[in-house]
Amino acid sequence: MSFLDYLLGRRRNTAEVAKERLQIILAHEHSSRNAPDYLPALQQEILAVVAKYIRIDLEDIRVNLEREGDYEVLELNIPLSEDSKGTTIRATTRR
Amino acid sequence: MITSGKGGVGKTTTSASFAVGLALRGHKTAVVDFDIGLRNLDLIMGCERRVVYDFVSVINEDARLNQALIRDKRVDHLYVLPASQTRDKDVLTLEGVDRVFRELQQDLGFEYIVCDSPAGIEKGARMALYFADEAIVVTNPEISSVRDSDRILGILSAKSRRAVESMDPVKSHLLVTRYNPERVELGEMLSVEHVKDFLGIPVIGVVPESESVLNASNVGTPVILDEKSQAGVAYSDMVDRFLGENRPLRFVTSERRGILRRLFGS
Ligand SMILES: Nc1ncnc2c1ncn2[C@@H]1O[C@H](COP(=O)(O)OP(=O)(O)OP(=O)(O)O)[C@@H](O)[C@H]1O
Ligand SMILES: [Mg+2]
Repeated sequence: MSFLDYLLGRRRNTAEVAKERLQIILAHEHSSRNAPDYLPALQQEILAVVAKYIRIDLEDIRVNLEREGDYEVLELNIPLSEDSKGTTIRATTRR
Repeated sequence: MITSGKGGVGKTTTSASFAVGLALRGHKTAVVDFDIGLRNLDLIMGCERRVVYDFVSVINEDARLNQALIRDKRVDHLYVLPASQTRDKDVLTLEGVDRVFRELQQDLGFEYIVCDSPAGIEKGARMALYFADEAIVVTNPEISSVRDSDRILGILSAKSRRAVESMDPVKSHLLVTRYNPERVELGEMLSVEHVKDFLGIPVIGVVPESESVLNASNVGTPVILDEKSQAGVAYSDMVDRFLGENRPLRFVTSERRGILRRLFGS
């Protein structure tokens, strides 16, 4: 925001909001860019197994692929009940 | 190769003007429509009534390349290879495209082959980017366009021939189009610097939002030939920069910028 906007008490501009949203979107997409092709299938199958035992809502599940040094870490976070923080399955492979 | 990911951002407008600009500067140039089934480069170039054969008929060997190439009547050294209207998008093959490109370069002596990519990240777009040496990534200062350009850059660095064969990477340039400096200054539009920072590639031009683009497409004259329009001038500058000239960016600040804004402005 410029000094003029500040003086006039103008609200936060929309370009600023767009910038923040893009930052988050791109960071997320870059972390999964080099994901292996089988990742979606793997994800589906793990979820199918979990769903046999626990009632889960697909919407609540977070899947993350991250790089930690030499390792690739695949993380699935599954909320087991409404008030639990959930459980996390981590799979690590060396690159 | 002219690409964007997102549809309707100005790829075809850019392909036409860029090709005209290269030819005007004396380079033998072919502009090729990869948008199979939805061809409209011929309309923007104003040669739609002269289309007999097309890219697909050359790939299928139903016609020879020099039968399908349409020579531009206004500009020397400029030829158009139109797309077909076929509904089958899978007619393009890497082998076929490779053969046509080799013939264009080696037998017919073309210096530049400008490829107008279809939107999306599916087969047609991948076919257009596979052989690219340089990419002009057309982006509107808008959140979804920036995101799609980012995805295309990811594909270029992983799936292009240069990536697959471990050669030097495709050289990518950012072209921001439909830019409105007034709205940028009001904080209603992403600035070219922000778009550049997100995408991490150098800016080759900024084309302002301009009524002359629609007028140009109405009559089938690429806007670069309209020397009185800001968009036309911006495309000329962009071609010069591509060829290594130093041209400062124009039309990136509001003309109505008052003294107060100058003092306190963004
Ligand atoms: N600088 C500009 N100012 C105003 N209008 C523009 C500008 N650039 C492009 N347009 C308009 O935007 C529309 C889309 O342009 P164009 O066909 O070049 O996009 P495209 O990326 O090739 O689209 P598609 O993805 O469908 O192939 C057209 O109506 C064109 O006139
Ligand atoms: Mg197009």
